[in-house]
Amino acid sequence: MTARSESTGSGADLNRQLSRVRAWIGQLRSGTRGLYKVLRANPLTLVGFALVVLITLTAVALVIVPPTSAVFGYPISLTPYDPNALLPCPTVGNQSFCAQPPSLEHFFGTDRAGRDVLSRVLTALPLDLAIGFLIAGFALLTGGALGLIAGFWDRPGTLGAAVSLAIMRVTDVFLAFPSLVLALAIAASLGRGTIPSIIAILLTWWPYYVRLTRGEVLAVKHQPYVTAARAAGVAEWRILFRHVLRNIAEPLVVYFTMDVGTVLVVFSTISFIGIGVPPNVPEWGNMIQAYSDYLLIFPWVVLFPGLAIFVTVLAFSLLGDGLRDILDPRSRRALSQAETPTSAPAATATAAGALG
Amino acid sequence: MGRSKGDLVIFVSKRLIQLVAVLFGVVTITFFFTHVAIPNPCYVWSGPRATQATIQQCIDKNDLDKPLLDQYVLYLGKLLSGDWSTSPRGVPVLPTILAAFPQTLELVVAALFLMVVVGIPLGVIAANNSGRWSDHLVRTFYLSGWATPTYLGGVVLSIAIGPLVGLPHSGNFGSIPTFPEPFHMSVLDALVNLNLPAVVDAVAHLILPATALAFINLGIATRMTRGSMLEVLPMDYVKTARIKGLSDFWVLYKHALRNSLISTVTVLGITAGSLLSTSVVIEEIFQWPGVGRYAFESIVKYNFNGTIGVVIFFAVGVVVANLIADILYGLLDPRVEWR
Repeated sequence: MTARSESTGSGADLNRQLSRVRAWIGQLRSGTRGLYKVLRANPLTLVGFALVVLITLTAVALVIVPPTSAVFGYPISLTPYDPNALLPCPTVGNQSFCAQPPSLEHFFGTDRAGRDVLSRVLTALPLDLAIGFLIAGFALLTGGALGLIAGFWDRPGTLGAAVSLAIMRVTDVFLAFPSLVLALAIAASLGRGTIPSIIAILLTWWPYYVRLTRGEVLAVKHQPYVTAARAAGVAEWRILFRHVLRNIAEPLVVYFTMDVGTVLVVFSTISFIGIGVPPNVPEWGNMIQAYSDYLLIFPWVVLFPGLAIFVTVLAFSLLGDGLRDILDPRSRRALSQAETPTSAPAATATAAGALG
Repeated sequence: MGRSKGDLVIFVSKRLIQLVAVLFGVVTITFFFTHVAIPNPCYVWSGPRATQATIQQCIDKNDLDKPLLDQYVLYLGKLLSGDWSTSPRGVPVLPTILAAFPQTLELVVAALFLMVVVGIPLGVIAANNSGRWSDHLVRTFYLSGWATPTYLGGVVLSIAIGPLVGLPHSGNFGSIPTFPEPFHMSVLDALVNLNLPAVVDAVAHLILPATALAFINLGIATRMTRGSMLEVLPMDYVKTARIKGLSDFWVLYKHALRNSLISTVTVLGITAGSLLSTSVVIEEIFQWPGVGRYAFESIVKYNFNGTIGVVIFFAVGVVVANLIADILYGLLDPRVEWR
């Protein structure tokens, strides 16, 4: 019950706060060690983790240093070429061959307009990844909040119960939607563009988080520790955030991790269908769509953007799937055969914390 | 609530009443999204060279000059009387969807079949070798399916792999079958007519699109089987079976899998609903003449009535698939009560 005296701010309180911070740092340290142990025991999760870190860092670097930036007049760039520059095409006789296969000059080859595919794939990375994080994050926040409300305040006969019922009914409607079809319909109605497709996915993406969060809250809220906290006089909102939310955070984080990739795929699907990002913007789905009919003639123009999506989504899935296995008590048993039983739960908590 | 037949009837009718509410919401949302964003689609429908008169005619015909709310009430009334309106060119929506549905059902069932036949044994193998290289391999395989965008898998299968292995890469059969088609499902119709070459041809046309649809969702079956097998394998009765000296195959597939199938079957039922949604992209790529392709064309050509019709249809599909999954779950697990 340290919470009650927080506002008084006396010296004893400061000490207590300090020791709390110290304990927290200690936890974090042992947790990091635990995370490392678990990752080492799960090579695939480790690969996923490493790839996610690498991809995210690359995306951040590309945002800081955009492809055509310059410092003191010297052009600097992380991409080998300007993604939109039409490079000179080699000519044989009076025919020019713009689409060149991968070579040492162009690792991923060039497309029919003579643009460097590697540069375009890299330029698309921040956009695609940001959209994955943005939409999944928004869905996590809104869906999570609604799910918390619907799960926590549902005692019959109260205002909360009415609100919960309304939330769940609306969620049911959205859950029954074929989300891809609705997203496509919205994107088509709003007109071609990046923003309309983002809006379309945002509108269809939150309901699953409501259901997931509510289910977890319902499972947790009658646990003895919640009852004990209530009996001890802890305020309701404090129970919600400190006792309930903390204990349901792990499955949410796991689902979110895998969802970043799923959102990315849906976004690129809308582009692929031709109602998303404008044609000249480098985006993975866009690039695949432009050349899908030429798959057998210029496979590199289709396969490298495809590989980019594949690796990104796979990385997030491997990480999420591994985390779920680690967090799931059923398979934790199987896992603990390789690990010491005590280290797994501690590591799990931080693995989830480090991500969130 | 218990497990008697009466309870089941109450359970099903409750869900069907919920379905009505869900459908009302679905129609409302789709209607307003399409109509608010594009208040006058006649310019698109009539084409760039349309005269003012044609456009006016189109507006009159579709009641587009009325307030939005009136249009909505008119549309709802039509829906309730069983008339799902027509596309801008005058093709009625409901008959088109009903005619296309068997093809989609065939595709989805074929994909589910592949998911079961490939996905479940993979899950058993992964669980039996948990933490070893075959487990990692299986996991990489099914996550690869998850990580492959539907359209990429479809394009690669249709354009590259199809011609390579000599399978037809589209739903166009080239010739109209000479025998009666009672089911409008190519494989089933050919089977009923005992026409072996037609069966082979129909299966050949089905393989690639069904594989594309199944590959993306393979992970669900594998993951569920693996998870529940991990739960079942350490149990005493499995150990007893092993100690008795039964073969590995017998222990795994006869004793352990039976108990772990319950959750897998349920999840597959739910997946069937989402397969419908995925079929939009697959059917368009493979030119499969199903509801998904109709959905795609309606969306791209601003055929609002068609879009709403497909959304209603898919929503019913999702709800019914979930209901079937719940009923199956209850039938398989004697502890479940209908609530």
